[in-house]
Amino acid sequence: MKPVAETMPDPAAEGVAALSARLDAAAQTRLGRSLALFHVPTGGCGGCERELVALEGVVYDLERFGLRFVTSPRRADVLLATGPLTANLQEALAQSYAAMAEPKWVVAIGDCAVDGGVFKGSYAVHGGVGVAVPVDLLVRGCPPPPMEILSGLLSLLAANGPRQVRPRRRLE
Amino acid sequence: MSSADIIRSAPVAACRPWPRYMVPTDQWLMLAPEDVSLHAFWADTAAVYALFTSGAGQILLASTAVRDGDYPALSPRFASAILPERMVQDLWGHRAMGGVDPRPWLDHGRWSVTHPLAPRHGPATGATEYAFRAIEDLMQIPVGPVLGHPAEPVHFRIHAAGEVAASVEARLGYAHKGTLLLMRGKSPRTAARFAARLSADATVAHSVAFARAAEAAMDIEPPPRAVMLRGVMAEAERIATHLGDLVAACGELPHLCGRLGWHREQVLRSAQVAFGHRMMMDCVVPGGLAGDILPEGATALRMVADGLAAELPNLVQGLGTLGAGIGIVPPASLEALVPVGLVARAAGCSVDARQNPGYPPYPAATPPTLPGADAAARLRLRLHEITISLDLLRDWLGSLPTGPVSQTLPNTGGEGIAVAESPRGAVWHWLRLDGGLIASAFAADPSWRLWPMQEAASAGALLADLTLIDRSFACARSGVDL
Repeated sequence: MKPVAETMPDPAAEGVAALSARLDAAAQTRLGRSLALFHVPTGGCGGCERELVALEGVVYDLERFGLRFVTSPRRADVLLATGPLTANLQEALAQSYAAMAEPKWVVAIGDCAVDGGVFKGSYAVHGGVGVAVPVDLLVRGCPPPPMEILSGLLSLLAANGPRQVRPRRRLE
Repeated sequence: MSSADIIRSAPVAACRPWPRYMVPTDQWLMLAPEDVSLHAFWADTAAVYALFTSGAGQILLASTAVRDGDYPALSPRFASAILPERMVQDLWGHRAMGGVDPRPWLDHGRWSVTHPLAPRHGPATGATEYAFRAIEDLMQIPVGPVLGHPAEPVHFRIHAAGEVAASVEARLGYAHKGTLLLMRGKSPRTAARFAARLSADATVAHSVAFARAAEAAMDIEPPPRAVMLRGVMAEAERIATHLGDLVAACGELPHLCGRLGWHREQVLRSAQVAFGHRMMMDCVVPGGLAGDILPEGATALRMVADGLAAELPNLVQGLGTLGAGIGIVPPASLEALVPVGLVARAAGCSVDARQNPGYPPYPAATPPTLPGADAAARLRLRLHEITISLDLLRDWLGSLPTGPVSQTLPNTGGEGIAVAESPRGAVWHWLRLDGGLIASAFAADPSWRLWPMQEAASAGALLADLTLIDRSFACARSGVDL
C-alpha cells in the first residue's frame, strides 16, 4: 500500500544560504543528520501550533527526516517559536533559549513570530521573537502551511550536512 | 421579585437584537442564580455587563454602572463570574466589591501599563509571584507553559497525593495579546482580523459571531448566499477541529491517530481549495464574506466529506472505550458554571447555540447528547457531531442560493450582540459602534466556563490520566487570554 506521507519539499533556498554561512565544519560533524526540535509558544492564536502538530502526523511525518520534538531544551538543537512574543511569555522564551547548549538555532514560525504580525504595537507584545533571542530562520504565513514549515526545517538540515537530504529508507 | 423580573424592570438601552437592561447597583446586588444563569461577563470603561438567560431560556443582557471604580461582585453567587471579574479588574481596573477571588488573572505584571482598557492607564508594576491555591503537605507538580511539544501555553499546578491529583489549578494569560485594545477605534472590517485570531481552531465561529454582532449593531442583514456559506465554513471548521482534538487525545492509539490526522488534513486542504485558506481565517467579514466559494470548492469539500463519512464507523470502533470513567464533570460544577458546548452535551445537557437561541442557516434539530460526562463521552460525541456536520455541509453545498456574498456597511453607531456555536460551545461577541468605528468590544469564549469545569473534573484523577482529561476538554488558551 502506498504510504500517505507527502513527497519531500525542497529546502527553502535562501534559508540554506543564510544558514550555511553560520555553520562551521565542527557543528556539522557533531550534529550529523538529525535535529532535536523544541517548541516554545510565544503567544500565538493556535494556528501555527496546530500546523506544527500536523507535521508530526502521518501526512508530513517529520521523523523520517531525523527531525523530532524533545521535551527538554537541554536536549534541543532548534527552538521553534510561534506567536508575537507576548510580554507574559518573554521570560519563558529567554529561559528556554538559555537552557539550550551550543550550537543552537531559532526558527520564527508565522508572521507573528517574525515581527508581531497583526498584533504589532500592542502594550502586551514585543513584536517578534527576534526582540529577545537571535533568529536564524523566518517562516512567514498566517499560519504557514505545514509544507512551508517543513521546507524551512529541511533547509536547516541541508545547511547542516554535505549530503543530499533524503528520507530514511522505509522497512517494507 | 425574581432576578429575571429585577432585570426586566430596569431601564432599557438600545442593543440589537436583545435590549440591554441597565440595572441599578442596589438591584444588581439582589441578582441570584435561582432563576437566571450567567453565561458571560465583561466591561467597558463605564459599566460591567452580564449576559444571563432566564429559566425559560430568555436572553437577558444586563449592565450596571461602575462607581468610583467599584461595582458589586456577582461571583459570590455566580461561579461563572469568578474568572471574568478577575479579567475585568486586570483590563479595566474595575473592582468587584465582595468578589471571591482578588488575584490577578491576565495581568502577570509584565505589561508596559496596567489597566490597559481604562481611560487612564496605570504604571507598569513589575512581575509578581502568583499565589496558587495551596494545600499543605502535598507535593506540587508544575507543568507548562512550555512543553517542548507543539501546544498552546497554559500552566497546570498539580497537588499530588501519591498517584492521585488532589487538585489541579490552571493558570492562563500567557497568550494575552491586547486584542481588545487593538480592536478599538477600527472599522468592523479591519477589526475582524483580530476576531479571527482569538483562537485559530474556532476562527470561523469567532468571525461569524463578531460579524453578526456588528451587523446587528448596524441593523443590516448579510446576503442569503453568505449566510449559507458561513454555515458551510463553520461546519467544516467543527469537523477539522474535532478531528484535531481527537488526534491529540488518541496518542495511545497510533493507527486511529493516523487516520484521524489524515482526514483532518484532507478537510483543511479542501477548505484551501474552496475558500483559499486552510483554516478559513479572514473569510467571514461583517456584511458577508471576503469572497465567494472558489470554482472547484464545492466538489473538493463534497469529496472529502464523502470519504470521511464512509470511514466514520471504523473510527468510532477504533476509539473503543478510551477515557471511560475518567475526568467526570461533577454535576454540581456543571450546574454552577452553566452547561455549555460539547462538554455539557457529553454530560446529557442538550445545549447548543445553533438551536437556542438559534441563528441562520441552521434548521431546527435536537442537539445530540451522550450520558457519562467522562472523557470517553466527550471523545465519542465529537465523532457523532462530525456525522451531523457532514450532513449539514453536504445539504447546504447542494442548495446554495445565488447572488452576492457581501454588502456595504453603513457608517452608523449602535450596539449589537451575537452568538455562534464554536467546536467548543457558544462564543458571544458584543460591540458598540460610534460613527462606524468600534468604541468597545468583547469576545466571550466558552472556555471561560470550561476551564473551571476541567479543574473540577481533574480533581481526584490519576496523574497518568490528566493529559487525556485535558485533551478531552480541549479548552481554548488564546481564546480566553485575549
